[in-house]
Amino acid sequence: MAELLRTHPLMAWSRAFERLPEPVGITVEPFVATADVRLASVGAAASEALGVDLPTVPNTWVPTGTGRAVWLGPDEWLLSSTTETPEQLEARIRAAVLPLGGSATDVSAQRIGLRLTGARVRDVLAKGCSIDLHPRVFARGSSAQTSLGQAGVVLMALSDAGDDYVVLVRSSFAGYLADWLLDAALEFTTTHDS
Amino acid sequence: MQLIECPWCGPREEVEFSYGGQAHVPYPDTPGELTDEEWARYVFFRDNTRGRFAERWHHSAGCRRWFNAIRDTATYRFERVYRLDEPRPVTP
Ligand SMILES: [Zn+2]
Repeated sequence: MAELLRTHPLMAWSRAFERLPEPVGITVEPFVATADVRLASVGAAASEALGVDLPTVPNTWVPTGTGRAVWLGPDEWLLSSTTETPEQLEARIRAAVLPLGGSATDVSAQRIGLRLTGARVRDVLAKGCSIDLHPRVFARGSSAQTSLGQAGVVLMALSDAGDDYVVLVRSSFAGYLADWLLDAALEFTTTHDS
Repeated sequence: MQLIECPWCGPREEVEFSYGGQAHVPYPDTPGELTDEEWARYVFFRDNTRGRFAERWHHSAGCRRWFNAIRDTATYRFERVYRLDEPRPVTP
């Protein structure tokens, strides 16, 4: 029987990302366990069980120590963990929210993350995203579910300077979005080989 | 391209939303007793208002929540958006 090897959907793009100039940096985020959490109301009990205050302000995310908690809706969040397996994360979150009437579903295979950094990365994003990404309104802790180059994404701001973002994109759209980003970054690349 | 204000996410580009038809169409109280004609009326018949119209909208590319809006069908202007658990606003 053939051995099933897990390959990253953007493995073929890593060289192209490496060649990008400093003002537009694209790196592939390491694989993280991710769970989708549904919970009707958050309070002290939920915070204690989960070990994190789920953000209740729309369009925000918070660090959880070993991952991130992203607001997806009034009763929905995306929780990630860099230290747990998908099974461990799902089991832990489910045990925490089930007594509160909530649910947790492993969605680790749904999306992959891209880290976008650099002084011109906001200009690249602006070519296909209608969200105002100026740090005055989209500072660290901001997030948005929106479209980037017509692909559905979760966008997160990691800095107050507007030069550090994470884009979560569905794995099957990752190649398309990578091509789109490289094309959008073209004008900031130099023509001579280094 | 106009901005539509999602009650949760705030103003977003129109293409992030999808249309859900007339709002406040109640499900039949006694579905087992409805005739075919009454079912057809419930499923297919909608008002065709010119002017302010209460509609369902879905923020399909964002938070994926349904909400209601009062939209003027003649000008396409959104006059009010409100959550599903909020009463239909009284518009002048
Ligand atoms: Zn929304």
